[in-house]
Parts: sequence; structure tokens; C-alpha cells
Amino acid sequence: MAEQLPEEFVSDILSSHVNSPGQLLPILLDVQHKVGYLPEEGVQTIAEFLGIDVGEIYSVASFYSQFRLTPIGKYHIQVCRGTACHIRGAPRILGELENQTGISEGETSSDMKYTLETVACMGCCALAPAIKVNSNVHGELTTRKADEVMHSLPEEETDDS
Amino acid sequence: MTANQRTVNVCQGTGCISAGAEQILSLLKAEVAGLNLSDSVLVRGTGCHGLCQAAPLVAIEPDGILYAKVSPDDITDIARSLLPDGKPVERLFYYDTVIDRPLAIFRDIPFYYKQQRFVLRNLGNIDPDSIDDFVNAGGYGAARKAVTGMTPEEIVEEVKSSGLRGLGGAGFPAGRKWETCRVEMAEQKYVICNADEGDPGAFQDCAVMEGDPHSILEGMIIAGYAVGSDTGYIFVRAEYPRAVARLRTAISQARERGYLGKDVMGTGFDFDIHIFQGAGAFVCGESTALVRSIEGGRGIPKAFPRPRTTEIGLWDKPTLLNNVKTFASIPVVINNGGASFASRGTETCKGTAIFSLAGNVVNTGLVEVPMGTRLREIIYDIGGGILGGRAFKAVQTGGPSGGCMPAELLNLPVDFDSLTEAGSMMGSGGMIVMDQDTCMVDVARYFLDFTRRESCGQCVPCRVGTKQMYDILDGICRKEGRPGDIELLVELGESIAETSLCALGKSAPNPVLTTIRYFRDEYEAHIIEGHCPAGVCSSYQ
Ligand SMILES: Cc1cc2nc3c(=O)[nH]c(=O)nc-3n(C[C@H](O)[C@H](O)[C@H](O)COP(=O)(O)O)c2cc1C
Ligand code: SF4
Ligand code: FES
Repeated sequence: MAEQLPEEFVSDILSSHVNSPGQLLPILLDVQHKVGYLPEEGVQTIAEFLGIDVGEIYSVASFYSQFRLTPIGKYHIQVCRGTACHIRGAPRILGELENQTGISEGETSSDMKYTLETVACMGCCALAPAIKVNSNVHGELTTRKADEVMHSLPEEETDDS
Repeated sequence: MTANQRTVNVCQGTGCISAGAEQILSLLKAEVAGLNLSDSVLVRGTGCHGLCQAAPLVAIEPDGILYAKVSPDDITDIARSLLPDGKPVERLFYYDTVIDRPLAIFRDIPFYYKQQRFVLRNLGNIDPDSIDDFVNAGGYGAARKAVTGMTPEEIVEEVKSSGLRGLGGAGFPAGRKWETCRVEMAEQKYVICNADEGDPGAFQDCAVMEGDPHSILEGMIIAGYAVGSDTGYIFVRAEYPRAVARLRTAISQARERGYLGKDVMGTGFDFDIHIFQGAGAFVCGESTALVRSIEGGRGIPKAFPRPRTTEIGLWDKPTLLNNVKTFASIPVVINNGGASFASRGTETCKGTAIFSLAGNVVNTGLVEVPMGTRLREIIYDIGGGILGGRAFKAVQTGGPSGGCMPAELLNLPVDFDSLTEAGSMMGSGGMIVMDQDTCMVDVARYFLDFTRRESCGQCVPCRVGTKQMYDILDGICRKEGRPGDIELLVELGESIAETSLCALGKSAPNPVLTTIRYFRDEYEAHIIEGHCPAGVCSSYQ
């Protein structure tokens, strides 16, 4: 994860964008992608760059499910709650992962090890139920296989999702 | 390259990759090189082969051999089978549970030979990262034909005569939409590809982007030329990073070869394409919300009365918006002619329908069949029937806007109109099969949970109504249902459908109304008899 301070990251990211209408979402996605969330100072920098209100940025960011305002854990676990996954047992998988990590959907563990979220679908519906840990998708899960995935997570992996 | 050249197509779709296909590809490449076969055997990654259930898949051409559920332990044997005196690896053949025996050649597998692949023509047959593969398969031929040899009017006529209807959900005639955009007088127009694929449980657009990105670009180039636009956008769902990567590669290759950019193919026509990533909001699949999202705002549908997007769209300019599969169909229309395209399908719906078949069905995967194919053929002949020999209960199409259809409708010929009549929708192509162990009230609750979360909140019937419907359904699932709930759900549903502003709200009640229409006894079992027939709702145990 970030060795640089989040706001330095944001300045780097801004240098690759031009200030033209419609750049807000691409910039926010870029920041979220590289920093993992939208840091407060970063949002301020973006507002100055685009010449718009901080409030406007938060209003847009809150509309979209991709954006997070707090840092994410080392392991970003996304459980699919799409239809194919739902009818093939996604609720059970989510329950198992909540047990394993000790956190609920939408939370990050206090040791910053896990963030647990649900997503609408990741295109792996044929091998439902599916989860994604950082950038790796695991399909055809059972609660046992979900356990195995959790136990096989290396200690030092970083989030490159 | 020698005469006995063989190609090994290793699927690199999202499904196969989740099952380890990236490792299979690199191991196979190394093993084939180690056996000194590199001169006669080409090992490459391809898009989705379709039969995702048997992932990871490896196909050998021209033999037509398909290996299913390949693991790293199988690599040595597969590579050895490619030696001049090699024998196929029989233990990896796909086992067809309907015919009840292993099948070596994929063209012999009902899943494949019962399909007709036009939109999916290149998936599994080319390396999506190779523009040469695409061009060798005839790619960009239609764009060349259109841009160098046809007038915009002729192209629009061809699309009209094909009868092609938009494959993003609403089924609007593509030719008519192109015509209204073409005749607009404006300096600047835009072409947008809707790759938001909002239906949670559908992956056909994802598979086309991952497996054949150039076909989408080709369709958009033809569209740009036909309507008089120099700029295209592809609006891609946030959850599809691999699709974005493959589209990026395709766009830069197409620019290098002069298919995109200034002076396309030396004709003086300029056209370039940009990728815009969505940020996760189902409603952004709606045309005006999508446009607002690209403009940088909250993706909220425009209120009625409103001009059409083809008149006033992105940055208030005339804009042509079509789905991924609609654009990918265009090269076929131009190459084979509208009449040939129209020879497939039903009276009112021409061409093919593409479904991502998922849920409790044996052969989950990607399916393309002529419009008018019966549900039964898709689920049983192609899909191989219900998993684990259990009984069929329902099939769901159209995602959160669609409905659940019962066994009595299995003989329904599938097209836009028949599905709407049945209370469901074609949607973008999600098809989820549900077995006896699925609770239909839980399914209805699931969809309403989705729509209430995704409602943009702009209008009251949708914002408040979907929440009310959800609460009632949740009550029934938690053993708190009351007599009169069913009638209340129908009443609420009908009023939401009538008074909501956009199609998200208008169609949100469909999953509830269809489950009540076809599975009312399950609702009654919960409310009156006090049990959940499928044994899903835990409060009843
Ligand atoms: C809530 C909502 C979500 C939609 N999502 C999608 C989508 O994900 N993909 C899509 O192609 N069309 C979607 N549509 C339909 C589009 O508004 C539009 O009709 C379509 O993209 C036009 O392309 P076509 O004519 O090629 O089908 C959605 C519509 C609504 C109301
Ligand atoms: S129907 Fe729902 S999603 Fe559509 S505009 Fe109204 S509140 Fe928004
Ligand atoms: S429904 Fe879970 S990946 Fe699509």
C-alpha cells in the first residue's frame, strides 16, 4: 500500500489529467484505485484543481457505490450478491466470511487486515457463488472452499485490485 | 509455420481465469516450447469459449478437441498429445450428462451444436489482444466496406432492413435510432456504447468485451460514419477491470493500424473512441443517467417530457447510444447484408439472442440462439437440464426488471415481445435457472432489495414504493406476513409501475408481480400455512 502520503499520490494523479468538464469521475476513480479510498486532503486538492466545491465532489462521490471515504484493509474481500450467486448460496458464503474475519459487510477490521464488502456482480456468474480477494476471483465456492481461500492468503500480499 | 500447424486455444475469460486458466496458459506455452513444438503449435489465450461450467477450457484446432476442467497436472499430457504421434487425452473430455458419455469434439456437444454464433462469432477463436487474429478472421472488413464503399444512408438502410433491435434491453429498432441521429443537423455528435451491464447475474457483455473487443470498435466506427460523429465512448461497468484492459489494448492497436483516429483507413473520416469507467450505479445504464455520468455528475435520469438522446444527448449534442452486442452485430449486418440477418428469428425480432445461462443448470455459460428459440431448448438441450437431477422451478430473465417464469412456459419461444407478454423482459441477456430448492418469495425480496438500494431517489413512487414492497416481502420471509399482503403488493406494484419516472422504477415490481402471478401458492404457504415450501426462509424452521 501507499508509501507515499495520500495527498502526494493525488497530486501525481492530477498531473496526468487535464482540467476539463467531465474529468471528476475519472479522477476520483483513479484516486480510489491507487490510494484505495478518497482521502479528505485529496478531495480538497481535487476541488482546487477542478475549481469546484468540495461539497459537490462529496455529493457526486456518495451517489456511486465504488467510492469509499475510509482506508481499506490489506485484504479487500468482495462477496458477489448478484442473482446467480444469491441462488447458489452467496448469503451462506457471506456469513462464513463474516465469521472468519469477525467483521460485518461494509466494515474494515481494526487491525486493517480485512475489508469485507458485497458487490452486484463481477461477471463470474457461471461459476457462482464467487468472491474476489484483491484482484483474484474465486468461483464455485462452498463454505469450505471459502475457508481455504482465507487460510491461503499470504501475510505480505498488497492490494493491487 | 508448417502445414500441420495446430492451435491451442486456452480460454482467458473471467470464469476460466478464476479457475486457474492464466497458469494453464503459461504452463502450456512452456511445455510446448520444451517439446520443441513451437514451430508447429501455437498456444494462445482467447476469450470465453462459452461452456464456463467446465472451466478451465482448452481447445485444440483444427482437430476440434475440447478439454474440460484442465488442471496443472494435465499439462504434460496435453503437450505430449500434440506430438506427431500423440493421442488425445481422453480423461479430459467433456462428459455430457444428457447423452451420458464423454465427447471429444466440441462440435459434437449439444451445448455447442444447438447454438448459432454470430455476435459471439470470434469468442474463443481469436486472441483478443491480437489485432492480427481479428483481421485474419475477417475483422475490420465490414468497416472498410462501409467507410470506403457505402454512403451513410445506405448503411442506415442496411441496418433498418436487418430488423436488428437493440440488445441492451428495450429492443428498440437499431436502424430507426440510427436514422434519427443521422438526420440531426449538428457539427458535433457522439456515439456511445453502453457496456454498463447492470443486471447482477449477467456477463454476456463482459464476455464480448473480454473476448472480441475489436468487433465492438468496428461496429462503433461504422456507426460513427453513418450518423456523422467523430467521437465515441464506451461506458464500462466498474467491476470489469479485465474488459477495460482488453478494450484499451484494442483501441491502441486500432489507432496504430489506422482504423481509429484521424483519416480512418485513408478516407478522410475521423473517428476515435475513449473509455469511460462507471462508478457503480445500476441506474447509470439508463440513457440519460449514463450521459450525466459521463458529464461528471450524479447519474440521475432526466425527467419527462424530455428530448431523445439522439437529439440532445452528451454535452447536449445528438448522441447514438447502443449496447455492446448491438454494436458487435453491426459487422455481421454489413458483411452479410440486412436481408440475410433478417432471415433468422421471428416475425418481429430478427437475428439472435444472447444469454448468459446461470443458476441451477448443468451447463452454465454463454449461449447464442436465433430469436424464437424455446426456453426448453435453451435450458434442457443446450443447458443440459437442472443440476443434480432436481426439479425445475422457474427461469428468470431481464434481471431486476424482469420476471420469473414457471414450467408451464417452458415452450415459450423467446423474443422481446413474448417475454414482455409473459410479464418478464429480455433485458440484456441474463437467464437464471432456479430449481425446486429456490424460494420464490425470497427471490422477489432479493430483487426488491436490489432496486430499493439502486433507486436514485428522484421520484417518490420508486424511492418509497420499492422500500415498502421490500418491507412487506421481508416480513413474509421472516414469518411476519399478514393476510392481505399479497393484494397490497399487487396494488403497490401496479402504482409504482404506472407513476415512476424511469424504467428502473417502472419495471421494479416485475419480479414480485410475476412470482405472485405464477407462484402465488408459495406466498400463501408462507402467510397462511406458516411454512416455506423450499425450506429457504430460516424463520420457518
Ligand atoms: C435502470 C436501467 C438500466 C439499464 N441498464 C442497461 C445496461 O446495463 N446496458 C444496456 O445496454 N442498456 C441498459 N439499459 C437500457 C438503455 O437505457 C438503452 O435502452 C440501451 O443501452 C440502448 O441500447 P440498444 O438500443 O442497443 O439496446 C438500462 C435501462 C434502465 C432504465
Ligand atoms: S424511477 Fe427510480 S431510478 Fe428512475 S428516476 Fe425515479 S427514483 Fe430514480
Ligand atoms: S452473479 Fe455473482 S458473479 Fe455474477
